[in-house]
Amino acid sequence: MTRVRVNRSRNIAIAIFLALVTVAIVALFVFLLAGKPIPVLETHGTIADQERTIIIITALLAAIVVVPVFAMLAIFAWRYRAGNSRAKYQPNMSGHRGLELLWWGIPCLIILVLGIITYVSTHNLDPYKQLPLAKGQTPVKVQVVALQWRWLFIYPGTQTASMNDLTIPVNTPIELSITADAPMNSFWIPALAGQVYAMSGMSTKLNLSADSVGTYNGVSSNISGSGFAAMSFKVHVVNSADYKSWVQQGAHSMSMLTYSDYEDIAKPSNDSTPRIYMLMDDNLFNDIINSYTSASPNQNGSMEMGN
Amino acid sequence: MSDLIRVVDAEQATRNERKALGFWIYIMTDCVLFATLFATYAVLHGNVFGGPAGKDIFNLPFVLAETLILLTSSFTMGLATIMAAKGNRHQAYTWLAATFILGFSFLMMEISEFGSLIIDGNGPSRSAFLSSFFTLVGTHGLHITVGLLWILVMLWRFYKHGLKKQDLHRLSLLALFWHFLDVIWIFIFTIVYLMGSLS
Amino acid sequence: MNNLREIIFGRLTWQAFQHDPIMGGAGVFMVVALLAIMGYVTYKHKWGWLWRNWFTSLDPKKIGAMYLIVAFIMLLRGLADALMMRGQQALASGANGYLSADHFQQVFTAHGSIMIFFVAMGIVFGVINLIVPLQIGARDVAFPKLNSISFWLFAAGMIIINAPLIAGEFSTAGWLAYPPLSELQYSPGVGVDYWIWSLQIAGIGSLISSINFVVTIFKMRAPGMTLMKMPIFVWSVLGSMVLVMFAFPILTATLGMLSLGRLLGMHFFTAGGGGDAMMYVNLIWAWGHPEVYILVLPAFGIFSEVVPVFSKKKLFGYTSMVWAIAIITLLSFTVWLHHFFTMGAGADVNTFFGIMTMIIAIPTGVKVFNWIFTMWRGRVQFTTAMWWFIAFVVSFTLGGVAGVMMSVPPADFQFHNSLFLVAHFHTMIIGGVVFGAFAGFNYWFPKFFGFKLNERIGRWSVFMWVLGFLLAFTPLYILGFMGATRRLDHYDASLGWQGLFIVAAVGVGLILVGIGLQLLQVGVSIWQRKQSLDTSGDPWDGRTLEWSLPNPPAEYNFAVIPTVTERDAFWVAKHNNAQPSTDYEPIVVPENSGLGAVVGSLALVFGLAIVWHIWWLVIVTLVGVILALIISLTRDEMYTVITTDEIKQIEAAREGAAA
Repeated sequence: MTRVRVNRSRNIAIAIFLALVTVAIVALFVFLLAGKPIPVLETHGTIADQERTIIIITALLAAIVVVPVFAMLAIFAWRYRAGNSRAKYQPNMSGHRGLELLWWGIPCLIILVLGIITYVSTHNLDPYKQLPLAKGQTPVKVQVVALQWRWLFIYPGTQTASMNDLTIPVNTPIELSITADAPMNSFWIPALAGQVYAMSGMSTKLNLSADSVGTYNGVSSNISGSGFAAMSFKVHVVNSADYKSWVQQGAHSMSMLTYSDYEDIAKPSNDSTPRIYMLMDDNLFNDIINSYTSASPNQNGSMEMGN
Repeated sequence: MSDLIRVVDAEQATRNERKALGFWIYIMTDCVLFATLFATYAVLHGNVFGGPAGKDIFNLPFVLAETLILLTSSFTMGLATIMAAKGNRHQAYTWLAATFILGFSFLMMEISEFGSLIIDGNGPSRSAFLSSFFTLVGTHGLHITVGLLWILVMLWRFYKHGLKKQDLHRLSLLALFWHFLDVIWIFIFTIVYLMGSLS
Repeated sequence: MNNLREIIFGRLTWQAFQHDPIMGGAGVFMVVALLAIMGYVTYKHKWGWLWRNWFTSLDPKKIGAMYLIVAFIMLLRGLADALMMRGQQALASGANGYLSADHFQQVFTAHGSIMIFFVAMGIVFGVINLIVPLQIGARDVAFPKLNSISFWLFAAGMIIINAPLIAGEFSTAGWLAYPPLSELQYSPGVGVDYWIWSLQIAGIGSLISSINFVVTIFKMRAPGMTLMKMPIFVWSVLGSMVLVMFAFPILTATLGMLSLGRLLGMHFFTAGGGGDAMMYVNLIWAWGHPEVYILVLPAFGIFSEVVPVFSKKKLFGYTSMVWAIAIITLLSFTVWLHHFFTMGAGADVNTFFGIMTMIIAIPTGVKVFNWIFTMWRGRVQFTTAMWWFIAFVVSFTLGGVAGVMMSVPPADFQFHNSLFLVAHFHTMIIGGVVFGAFAGFNYWFPKFFGFKLNERIGRWSVFMWVLGFLLAFTPLYILGFMGATRRLDHYDASLGWQGLFIVAAVGVGLILVGIGLQLLQVGVSIWQRKQSLDTSGDPWDGRTLEWSLPNPPAEYNFAVIPTVTERDAFWVAKHNNAQPSTDYEPIVVPENSGLGAVVGSLALVFGLAIVWHIWWLVIVTLVGVILALIISLTRDEMYTVITTDEIKQIEAAREGAAA
């Protein structure tokens, strides 16, 4: 009799210990997270908002399977432990058609729901899809070039280009065309929209729209050489008046950007200082792409990925 | 003692059975390898990058001759297998030697084709199209080379030991390999040369 | 003069041997350890013994053991890399850390490549070699010599991937070496070549192994063991090996093309020249995704053995399990694009691959339910192996949730290449493959050593591992939400990531404590082996054929090949009180063969020579391999036969020892 009691109090001690460890770990994470930015969840753009919603929905749907799994694991482990002779014991039971049908069936249903969500959301949030425009609104087009290891932003139709500084107007659809004059990179602004690869010799697209004024972080999320970790840039979301005055700055900039100037700044560099240039060559973006696609540059049209 | 012979005979028979299945599986993995190279060729064949396209460099009559030679070699390989099975050592030896000569001619023709392309400055580093062309056709050529080596070894075995039971089994695997290379070549001929010359 | 040097040594120069203190230290440590081992072997005059009993042995049990030894050493190497990475990231908040960017990138590339190719694959092939013949009632594998070649190619690849510690540098392009970064233009050094040839040589070994085991399973099962009576572990191995068969040729071709680009200037994946880097990404994942299942299916198989034995109950839903394996095998080739939804392939393509990815979660989920219901109405014994199972379910299910989240393309756009992804695949691969291997280790240890492992220390090791595992990877999930991408050698202090990185580093430290406890477990168990001796051959009341044999099994495994009538053949035989037959027949065993060691050594030199562009040596070794194969293949096969009298003697001696 005494032995049983000893075991029981030991089990209780273990349970309390494990509970304390869990609480301590959770407390630690809460403490470490306090006041820190969590851009994937604290979103500031229409695309990232919807992506967050999908993340939450899928997690909840998956929980439908996970919670019973954990519950059963704990309950069965406890109830059918070797020492518990009161529990039923059926050593030759080799299956149960109904139960198995249940766990082939329920996940199938969940996947059906998830599949529909996937179909709809993938088409809705296709990075190539243009965002709806308000009346009289025109989208802002920006061309993005990943360099080693900096980002060049070209504002076609204006005289402005900038390095490591993406300035865009708030509540306006932005159309980004993205390429690389470097190893493959991935263009990611977590608070505004999910990422798209930047690859040489072709252009990918990303449509996004920011819904509040502020400064956000953008990065390359794909390894592209030794300076890759420093390949971050700031995204300044400003109101339309500020945007207009910003975009004028290029015209007054002292540094000009022709193709030959470009070849200079395209050399590998870790200098991440934001700069602004007077864009002299409106065809620069296409020329950069063409330098990879044709034997002699500046001849053929560019190649586009996807739609 | 007879007990031992019985056991060893049975062991040899089951080993041959395993080898046959294993060899078929190997052939299948080789198919996957060629499928990968074919897929690569399909993706890259248009990327000539200022260099020649297929129709500019393929000499169809030449390749047709290559094809016929390889097809004939498959036929002679078949004859060699049949003759060996019949126990006709001399015939088996002759047909196998014929297969070698045909296979070797095929290989030489391929090498001369590659050589003239390279001399004209259309080597494998010229463009993605040429890289994928040389690699696909060259991988087949490499297999042919291995096959030729294998034929040589078989000829040597036949010459030295006559038609031993184990060698007959080896010959059947060699024949399988050779016919497989023939099939691959037919795909190369159709997809690379014929379709390349037409487009 | 310079020309002559180049002809003889290729690109290899004295400078290649000069390293910074950290890398140099690791290299020196490696060389010293090797020399110490070799010195010890020489001192003890054990070279002959090593050569005869191990290096040239064709006994799959010994080959399996050698795989596991290599895998364990590589696990330590990979963990050292992990510790270096986590140390760097814990320090490098707004600073540069103690490693240069270049060195840091070599470390994570080595970590990934080694853990997948030389730890996980080593575990898989090790366990398969040890267990499959025993479970199907076979004496050997189908092609013993090829089996030895496979192992030695694996060993050669392992040495090549560690060679940069001594000469040159390793790849900085990540474990899958995406071009154009891995092309000559951006990586002109020897690093990527080391990576290519290590994987190429080991990969060909894996391919040969898969043919071997598929034939073994199809042709060498005991009479009466139909496919639907095979132990589930064998089924899972069959699924895994079929995947190797179809996936590894793709890897061979892809690495070959990458190498041709680097050696001969061809344009498959180059930027410019008409090359297409996206094609590489497609091809490498057409191999890479099946690879995940190649690793995890055998682990599933191990759990399918462990859970019924320790629940004292039949496996729940055998047929479901077989179907689940078959479906996973098939579907694993239809999901590769989910590794790069962000390439911009368009919504329809992304939707297709997203939904396929979710579908593959269904059979995986079914397996989890079946395991849990195997415990239902059983008598569960909480041995260490069973605790590993529980740790596996918790980790694998949580990782699975993350996986399903990422299978929805728009959600993946936010997770891709982030630490969330890194945490996800570590929870799957460590939680699946590594925990599975540990469960198997505890479960099958007595079969080969004759005594059980210490349970108390075993439980502590599970606890430490799980705690360390949670601390190491929960922060990474969180960091993913904070926008932290993978592979950063430093980051801005204002992001507030440092605390979490420190916790993650502590977690890795606790995992190391867990490994220390496992070593202690083995040490104490050897020390106290008298108390845990098992002379029955069946310490756990097992169900499958391997437990019908004495510990350790004789070279020929089965003196008489058993006849199988039902699943759980040994369990049935025990309960029918069937006595093992003594109707001995002469047994043919393969002779030792040095072919594997010779081919492996030549492949090693070939690989190193091609990395360093020493062309004459490339040719010499290539000719050497061809000659070795021709000589070995054309030799008339020799048969060593153990006669019935000898078998009687051996079996009697073994019974005497057991009693």
